[in-house]
Order: sequence, then C-alpha cells, then structure tokens
Amino acid sequence: MFDYETLRCIWWLFLGVLLIGVAVMMGFDLGIAVLLPFLGKTDTERRVIINSVGATWEGNQTWFVTAGGALFAAFPMVYSVAFSGFYLALLLTLFALMMRPLGFDYRSKLPSERWRSNWDKALFVGGFVPALIFGVAFGNLLQGVPFHLDNDMRIFYDGSFWSLLNPFALLSGLLSVAMLTTHGAVYLQLRTEGEIQQRCEKAVMLFTIMMLVIFALAGVWVANIDGYAITSNILHDAPSNPLNKVVEKTAGLWMHNYQQYPLLILVPSLGFMAGVLTILLSKQQYLKSAFVSSSLTITSIILTAGVSMFPFLIPASQSINHSLTVWDASSSHTTLAIMFWVTVVFLPLIIVYTSWVFRVLSGKITLEHIHNNDHTAY
Amino acid sequence: MISESVVDLSRWQFAATSLYHFLFVPLTLGLSFLLAIMESTYLMTGREIYKDMTQFWGKLFGINFALGVATGLTMEFEFGMNWSYFSHYVGDVFGAPLAIEGLMAFFLEATFVGLFFFGWDKLTKWQHLIVTWLVAFGTNLSALWILVANGWMQNPVGADFNYETMRMEVTHFADLIFNPAAQVKFVHTVAAGYTTAAAFVLGISAYYMLNGRDAAFARRSYTIAAGFGLAACLSVIVLGDESGYTDGEVQKAKLAAIEAEWHTEPPPASFTAIGFPDQEKMETAYAIKIPWVLGLIGTRSIDEPITGLTEILEKNRVRVRNGMKAYGLLQTLRTGEKTPETIAEFNRYKKDLGYGMLLKRYTEKVVDATDAQIELAAQYSIPRVVPLFWTFRVMVGCGFIMLGVFIWAMFASSLRRCRQTTLLKWSLYMMPLPWIACETGWFVAEFGRQPWTIAEVLPTFLSASSLTEWDLYISLSGFIGLYTLFLVIELFLMLKFIKLGPSSLHKGRYHFEIAEGVDHV
Repeated sequence: MFDYETLRCIWWLFLGVLLIGVAVMMGFDLGIAVLLPFLGKTDTERRVIINSVGATWEGNQTWFVTAGGALFAAFPMVYSVAFSGFYLALLLTLFALMMRPLGFDYRSKLPSERWRSNWDKALFVGGFVPALIFGVAFGNLLQGVPFHLDNDMRIFYDGSFWSLLNPFALLSGLLSVAMLTTHGAVYLQLRTEGEIQQRCEKAVMLFTIMMLVIFALAGVWVANIDGYAITSNILHDAPSNPLNKVVEKTAGLWMHNYQQYPLLILVPSLGFMAGVLTILLSKQQYLKSAFVSSSLTITSIILTAGVSMFPFLIPASQSINHSLTVWDASSSHTTLAIMFWVTVVFLPLIIVYTSWVFRVLSGKITLEHIHNNDHTAY
Repeated sequence: MISESVVDLSRWQFAATSLYHFLFVPLTLGLSFLLAIMESTYLMTGREIYKDMTQFWGKLFGINFALGVATGLTMEFEFGMNWSYFSHYVGDVFGAPLAIEGLMAFFLEATFVGLFFFGWDKLTKWQHLIVTWLVAFGTNLSALWILVANGWMQNPVGADFNYETMRMEVTHFADLIFNPAAQVKFVHTVAAGYTTAAAFVLGISAYYMLNGRDAAFARRSYTIAAGFGLAACLSVIVLGDESGYTDGEVQKAKLAAIEAEWHTEPPPASFTAIGFPDQEKMETAYAIKIPWVLGLIGTRSIDEPITGLTEILEKNRVRVRNGMKAYGLLQTLRTGEKTPETIAEFNRYKKDLGYGMLLKRYTEKVVDATDAQIELAAQYSIPRVVPLFWTFRVMVGCGFIMLGVFIWAMFASSLRRCRQTTLLKWSLYMMPLPWIACETGWFVAEFGRQPWTIAEVLPTFLSASSLTEWDLYISLSGFIGLYTLFLVIELFLMLKFIKLGPSSLHKGRYHFEIAEGVDHV
C-alpha cells in the first residue's frame, strides 16, 4: 500500500508519537516521584501524592515498554546500538525503574515508618534517575555516539560510561528533569486540593522557568556544536545498510533543516509559548488546560530534537559514515508495513480505553480519602 | 571476535534474570484467571464471601505482580544491552511480536490492573467483572506473543536471510504466528501457569484448614483451586511441549538429547524412563526402557521414527561443510561482486550458513577451516545430554505428583470431604513443585536449543554484544544483589499476608478480627 520510503517516514513519526507518549504519560508519574519528598510533609500527604498516580502509573509506563518494543521492531539497528552502547547508563535506569512497581505496591502495606520512608526514597530514585538519563541519552544522540560497525554489522562501542556524562548531555538531562517535574506538578495540582495544591502551583512556576531557560541555552549550544549531514547520494528505498553512505560533520549543521524549511522554527517557538501559557493557566486554576499546555510543551521540545536531527537517528561521532539514519537503519518493507497496520488498529483503541479508565478514576485525592481507605490505598 | 568469558557471563546473566522473572509470571497467568472465576461466582451467587476471596487472593496477586513487572522490564532491555548482534540479526522478525505484545497485551493488562485494585467503588459490579476478565485476558495474550517470539527462536519459519542487510527478514508473517512450535509452547506454558496458581491457592487454603481458620473461605477457595488445577495439570501433561519437537532439526536434536536417544530406533521408539547417559561413549548405562512410549509422545504416531543423535551428527557434518561454502560466498557478495551465478550459488547453500558460522569458534575466517575444526563444529552442534536428561525427568516427575494430588483433592472436594489431614498436608507441601517444574521446563527448552540462539541460524556465541568483562561483572553483581533483596522483601510480605489471611481485608468477619473482638467496620 505504502512504498518503502513513505513507511520509513511514517515509522519515524510513529517513533516520535510513542516517545512523546512516554514523556506525556509516564512523564508525569516520574515528575511526581521527583516531587514526592518535597511536596509531601506528612505520611498522609505523601500517600495523597502517590495515590494521585497509584491506579494509572502502570498503564502509563507501558508507553515506555511499547516504545522500546517498537524501536526494536522498526529500527533494530538503532535499538541494538543504543542499548548496548549505553550499557551501564541503561542498567542504572533499569535498576531505578524497578523501584517503582515495588515502591507503589509495597510501601503502604506495612505501617512501619522506616519501611515507608525507605520506599519513598526508592520512589524518588525511580523518578529522578530515569528522567535524568533519558535527557542525557538525547544529549549524547545530538552530539553523536562513538560506535562503529564491522563488515558483518557487528557493533563496537568505543566510548566509556563517563564520556556520556559530558556538559551538554548533563544540561539535556536537567532539561528532561525540569520538563517532567513541571508536568508532574501540573498533574498533581489537578488531582489534589488545599496545601499540596498550593505547593504544586509554586513548583509549576519554578520548574517551568528552569525548563525554558535550559531549553534556550541548549538551543544556542546546539547551533554551535558539530551537526551531521549526508553528502553522498542515498536511496530512500534501498535495503537497510548503514555502511553505504558518506557523512559530513561540521559545527552548525543541526540548523540546516531550519534553513531549508524556515517554518520549522515554529516547533521550538511553540515550546516556549506553551511553557509560558502553562504557568498562566496553572495560576488561574484552569488545571485541565494547564495539563494540555504542559503536554504541548513536551511535544515541542521532543520534536525540536527530532526535526533538528532528521534523517539521523544515531550519528556516529568517530566513524561518521556509519551513522544510523531513517533511510538505512530500518526494518524491511514487509515488517514496517505489518507493524504499521498493527499500530493503526491498536493505538487508537489504547487511547480510547485509557481515556475511559482516567475518567472513571478522575476526581481529587484528599486526605480523607486516604483515611477512609487506609488498608486499600497505596 | 568477542571473548568467550563475555559470552559466558552474558549467558549466565540472561539465564539468571529470565529464570528469576519466571518465578512470578506463572502465578500471574493463572491467578488472574482464578480471580476472574471467583468474581464471576460472586456475581452469579451474590454472596459476599466470593468478593472477599477475589480481594484477598487479589492482594497476593498484587504482591507477585509488582515483581513480575519490575523484572519483566529487564528482559526487554537485555536483548539490546547484552545481545546486540542477535537484535540486529533477527530484529526484523523477532522485534515484531515484542512490539505487538506491547500494543495488544501489555497495555490492556497494565491499564486495567489499576482499576481491578481501585475500581471496586467506582464501577458497577458488572463493569468490575469485565475489568478483571480483561486483566486475565491481557496477561495471557502477552504470553501468546512472547511465545511466538520464543517459538521462532526454536523453529525459525517465515523468514529469510538477506545478504544486503546481513540479517534475517520476514517473508511470511502468518507462518510466524501459526508456527507449530509456538502454538504448542503457548498452550503448555499458560497451562503450567494455571497449574502453578491452582497449587498456590490449594496449598494456602489447606494451611488455613489445617489451622482450623476461616473454614468457609478456605474450603471454597480449595474447591475452586482443585477443579481448575486438575483441568490445568491434565492439559500441561497431555499437551506437553515435546509434541512440537518434530518440526525443525534443532527441536529433533533436543528431543533426542532429552531422551538420550543415541541412535535412531525402528518406530515406535521406546522411552528411557531412567538411566545414566554418557555423552562420550554415546550410550546410557542401566537404562530402563518402556517400549513404544517415546514414539507415541514424540510423534503422535506409531510409524514415524525419532531421529537419534548419531544420525543428527552425521547430517550436521555435511551441513557445516555447506555452511562454510555459504559463508565464503557471502563474503564475495558483501564485497560487491553480485554476479547472478554467485547469488544463485549462495541461495543454494544459505540454509546452512548458520552451521558455517559455528566454525567462527575455531577460525576467524571460517573458509580456511581444517577437517579437525569441522569435526569440532559438528560435535558442538549437538546439545549436552546429561543436564537435559535429568531436568526433563524432574519436570515430568513434579507434573505427575501434582496430577495425583489434584485428582485426590478434586474427588475429596466433590464429596465435601476435603478436610482430611493427609490430603491437606500433601496439598500444602507440594506448593514448591510447580515452580520447580516451570524452571526446569524452561531450562530444557533453552539449554536444549544450544549452541544456537536462533536454531540453525545464529550461534549463541556470536549473538552477544561486544561488551567488556567489567561491564558484565558490574551488571551481574547488580542483578544478583538487587534481585536477592527483592526476593527477601517479596517473600516477607507474601508470608505476612498469607499468615494474616482474609483478616487482612478488615471486613470484621475473619479469624483474627473475631478472635480479637474487633467490631464490624
């Protein structure tokens, strides 16, 4: 039905949709976990915070699991290079993420104060570490990753764990933390009342400003670091072989797409506008709109990274010709087509039933709610 | 070439983390259905006790589910982290069922599981029942897709090697889904999960009855578990995984290794019930053989032979030589000399390419392999018999003991005479058996496929990522440390709530609440 070139573009978009899904849905859970020790002063308040996402975090996290699966299916080489190259960073993320199911489910099953405060710490780690590392990973993708391929397509990673933690990547990490914490604060403001809600409002203000400042700073920085471009002819419908092209690496090349299509500048601009709007809406107590606006900010920030790099997925910083792009790191035409149909059938279905579940569980989580459900609430 | 110790450490890590993950999966698979059955009974009879049962067993389900989720994430990460060459080489095929699993099953399960726990007051009874069934349906659907992926590793149908991309690519996706190896695996695995959950509920209910607590609650739970368990246990045994072992050469080798079938016997082959296999001499000492049985189990017929290991080895010697040619031709193609003759020649030999790659263990170039190296590679293509022979018998032994107890429990329950101490003790003490059977079962399935990750296509030692030993030491010790801690915490909580029993629901009508004189809340 679709030709190979179109399907590759569609799958680049789907991947974007899934990543945005991760940031919007799982993002507020992570952000709320980061806020947990700061906004919850008593055990009951912390339980209010935890229960604001207690019944839905699991479905939210599935966006992440599915994005991983879709990356594997649609761009297997990208999945292989990223996961094996960032080995220790991902191990750390994995260990942090494991704290979440246990933290949510086990924390309030026992009354012991020490038991609960340890799980609170675990939940914080489970929110903060993944949020940071997702950003660090993006920061490294923008700079290029030191890997090369041999003729059998075996992957060799030539960097170290510590080289991932360079200044630009750390700045991206902070951007990600600020962005998801803002999002968490907006959601929490929507689901709570009284003092916690007021604290949320301040957090929204603080983290949105932080996010926008870092976003601007990162933008200026990206304009000056080495970007990548394909200089040889590349067939958009050839079998995926990342060894068949010539790549150039020069400072400022990431601005190339904006020079060619000036309208793209709307994408980051929208991010700034939506960010400011989030603060205003949160102040005026239009909380559902604030959540939409915050989601829009996230969408713009992620898309900004995406359109700056297109068609690159993972630039190779040393053997630059081995860079992985949309045109030469995808699955076969057949697999992309099959997965396209599976996605267009199931993704809308998922959105429908997820919305229904959120509607059923909507409403404020209050201190009384926790008192009345002492034995069943998280 | 990646170092052998990195491969070994990667294998240990994957084996440890996946076997650990599978401590929690079978209970989730089965208990979700038991919860749905209990809740359906609640709606049909309108009796509160069935709601209490759903909620109490649901609490234990939740404690188990959390660790299943936590350790399941590891599996998805590890393919890319530790097996990046595998992920590149077969991602086009193998990635699809994993992605479909996410879209079709995980979302369903994970989105509704929260409503199962927190939706009791927000939904009508019928809505809640539907939610519970959807959770059960979702968990089992996820098993389907992961076993489609695993079935393809055992019997890689519907895909072909593409020399331009240097990987396997999908040709017939339907073959992948209807792969007989996957179908059999799915039925066998979910039935094993149902058996596990039934044994779990049966054992704990027996414990309450032995202690004279919460009689009505325990007896009802016991009866449901006995019926469900008997049906499940019969399915596990009748629909044994080995019935799928006739498709694919590696499956045949696995079956021969499990049975220590050194030579092809005239059909129907006899079953070696017990004995002491010796791989070097290729014979089994003190073998006690039961005529006909293996042929019947393995082929479901009396006239098909079961191939012996000697004959498989003989074939594989030829295939390694052909694979060597295929590998040489592939190198020519990769350098750009794509003449029609070379392509045709390559297509003739490419089904043996994997066997050629086995030679990489002995010589980097493959095409210069000596006769001695070819012999080594052929020997290496045969799985190790002793561990498979014994683990398989442990699994089967556990299965038959459980079947006996379930039959007994079913009869006693239907005669309303399940409160006999001997039966209850048997029910309680057999609780570890389903887990032992599940773990040994997976060992047989995966160790029996060696030396391949994808049968006949990709050797295990080539599949691993090019990591350093230190990467592996760090990750392996991290997993061991964290997983041990998690297990201690989980068992502590599980035992605490099992001991509390339905009193943990704070409904005011169970053992400890009545004993302590707590009023109805």
